[in-house]
Amino acid sequence: MSDTILSVKDLKVSFDTYAGEVQAVRGVSFDLKKGEVLAIVGESGCGKSVTAQTIMRLTPTPPSRIKSGSILFDGDIEITKLSDRQMEHIRGSEMGMIFQDPMTSLNPTMTVGKQITEGLRKHQRITGDAANKRALELLNLVGISNPESRILQYPHELSGGMRQRVMIAISLACNPKLLIADEPTTALDVTIQAQIIDLMKKLSEQTQASIIIITHDLGVVAEMAQRVIVMYAGKVVEQGTVDEVFYNPQHPYTWGLLRSIPRLDEMGGGDLVPIPGTPPDLFAPPKGCAFAARCPYAMQVCLEEDPDHTKLTADHSAACWLLHPDAPKVERPVEAGGRKHG
Amino acid sequence: MAEQPILQVRDMKKHFNVGGGRILKAVDSFSIDIARGETFGLVGESGCGKSTAGRTIIRLYNATSGQVLFNGEDIHKLSGKKLKQFNRNMQMVYQDPYASLNPRMTVGNIIAEGIDIHGLYTGAKRRARVMQLLSDVGLNEEHANRFPHEFSGGQRQRIGIARALAIEPQFIIADEPISALDVSVQAQVVNLFKKLQKDHGLTYLFIAHDLAMVKHISDRIGVMYLGNLVEVTSSQDLYAKPLHPYTESLLSAIPIPDPEIERRRERIILEGEVPSPLNPPSGCPFRTRCPKAMPECAAAKPVLKEVEPGHHVACHLY
Ligand SMILES: Nc1ncnc2c1ncn2[C@@H]1O[C@H](COP(=O)(O)OP(=O)(O)OP(=O)(O)O)[C@@H](O)[C@H]1O
Ligand SMILES: Nc1ncnc2c1ncn2[C@@H]1O[C@H](COP(=O)(O)OP(=O)(O)OP(=O)(O)O)[C@@H](O)[C@H]1O
Ligand SMILES: [Mg+2]
Ligand SMILES: [Mg+2]
Repeated sequence: MSDTILSVKDLKVSFDTYAGEVQAVRGVSFDLKKGEVLAIVGESGCGKSVTAQTIMRLTPTPPSRIKSGSILFDGDIEITKLSDRQMEHIRGSEMGMIFQDPMTSLNPTMTVGKQITEGLRKHQRITGDAANKRALELLNLVGISNPESRILQYPHELSGGMRQRVMIAISLACNPKLLIADEPTTALDVTIQAQIIDLMKKLSEQTQASIIIITHDLGVVAEMAQRVIVMYAGKVVEQGTVDEVFYNPQHPYTWGLLRSIPRLDEMGGGDLVPIPGTPPDLFAPPKGCAFAARCPYAMQVCLEEDPDHTKLTADHSAACWLLHPDAPKVERPVEAGGRKHG
Repeated sequence: MAEQPILQVRDMKKHFNVGGGRILKAVDSFSIDIARGETFGLVGESGCGKSTAGRTIIRLYNATSGQVLFNGEDIHKLSGKKLKQFNRNMQMVYQDPYASLNPRMTVGNIIAEGIDIHGLYTGAKRRARVMQLLSDVGLNEEHANRFPHEFSGGQRQRIGIARALAIEPQFIIADEPISALDVSVQAQVVNLFKKLQKDHGLTYLFIAHDLAMVKHISDRIGVMYLGNLVEVTSSQDLYAKPLHPYTESLLSAIPIPDPEIERRRERIILEGEVPSPLNPPSGCPFRTRCPKAMPECAAAKPVLKEVEPGHHVACHLY
């Protein structure tokens, strides 16, 4: 038995808009192991959500379109080939999703209890009583006190943190093998974020579900994930274990991300080093490396040809011409990686 | 003797009457001094009263009680010429760079709004001033004739900053000026704030919920909880030796982008949520979630006091 739950290969997704084709995802490949927590990071608009939504087939066609690639789930299920009905079944029973704003995915006209039991009854064909019992268990599991009274409440009667817990309960209802959390704590206060992350960590240990967490907060990545994917302009530019990416990053974009954020534990605090400019337009992505225009190390070849991934270890790879054997040696800036604090 | 602080806030309260005889104490105890040229960071969770405090200081709201002294003068008593002067000296930069820019005005006219209101420059001088401001914030001359929707979030925030700078203020209140921006762009804007401070001798009240960023930019930090300032000290001290249990748990909740540290770290995870400001707990506002609460915390509200030089805390433990 393979220990891979999800295998994404050369996935390309575009949106057809009146202004033209937006190439949102331009060839993304990665594997997710059973029980693993994988983080996807990158600037706004780099294709994190579209990647996640395509795995769950949540982006409507049209306007979105899977141009090529494969998404293999649980061994032999080719997600890109499933009918809408088959997909609906998988979503209800094998995959769960948690969004940034629980209000948009919770039904405002339905009680919390009803929303949890609905999926259970549909996909597991259990009795009303059994479903109710399971709903109470789930609310307990996600740390909601007085579940008996909470199941009778509507989403608007709950706080943001509580709604996110309910979303998590719903997504866990059918013991999914894969949980995708798209910025699950971005809208929450830090003390509530800490509660939710703690909860997700515990759940991944208890349930052995694999988790993909999308975030722009590198702190959350360091806290939760075993592996991380760095995306830029619709592509993966670097991936590896958290230690590899934080302590030995290879792509100048990853360096840029690490240098542009302050650390709470830094003393003195020199200047932050911003990444100049903005990401390219995905209507007409550049011919070469998409990061070249913002990259201080860009060479002629970077403008002309997109680099392939260079494999550094079993888990670690980066797509950068600097890794070519003939490329000039570039010293990684000290603030980017390699800083293991005492 | 030390120079007079540019801003002195004494026991400022701002209560809202929210109907049905109910009073919402958005800001209930708030006293700070800010020195000229300093950056004072204000942090705390959503709804704790940061924006209300900022708005009351700049007189967008009248204080319910207490005093706000700017250059030694009570701003709530100003009128006529002095009020106009105050309005020039203190400016605000907002969180949402888009909502705060008039979509039908060109960037040049948006930036010059204050110049026009205060009748500072006209004609060629006005034009030259706008060009100078654009270059100060890292935009260029052609941008003057374009409209806000043509710009990215970071660029819009630069426009907002240029507008605030246009009338040469001494003091800028920045309310979550980078929260809506991407991480890489946040650094651009924060560095701009720092550079402008150096070039123009500005004083900042910097409001944000990202404590790492606030610590990076601020000399001193105030922590608010449920309408109350609970701790005030230097940025380094706040991180190195937080005194208030709330500050301690706030710091502990923030993950550090370093996997090794995160694996070793023990978190203080606060239970429950912030109580409603309409029905705050008796005594200390934090006691319902405080891991160190004692009986006296319910009985009396602790006041902010200096327990070490420059380190103020409102907690019965001290
Ligand atoms: N319905 C749509 N129509 C057209 N373009 C779209 C649509 N949805 C997404 N896109 C485009 O696809 C690209 C990737 O978007 P995506 O939402 O995946 O970004 P993201 O990495 O999740 O960003 P964020 O951090 O802001 O959530 C963006 O350029 C976006 O504008
Ligand atoms: N004009 C108003 N009328 C009534 N209540 C108000 C008003 N403005 C703010 N409040 C309330 O005062 C409290 C403090 O709000 P404030 O906006 O100052 O918080 P904040 O710390 O800035 O939060 P955030 O981080 O979400 O911006 C909140 O409970 C809010 O609902
Ligand atoms: Mg997204
Ligand atoms: Mg606010």
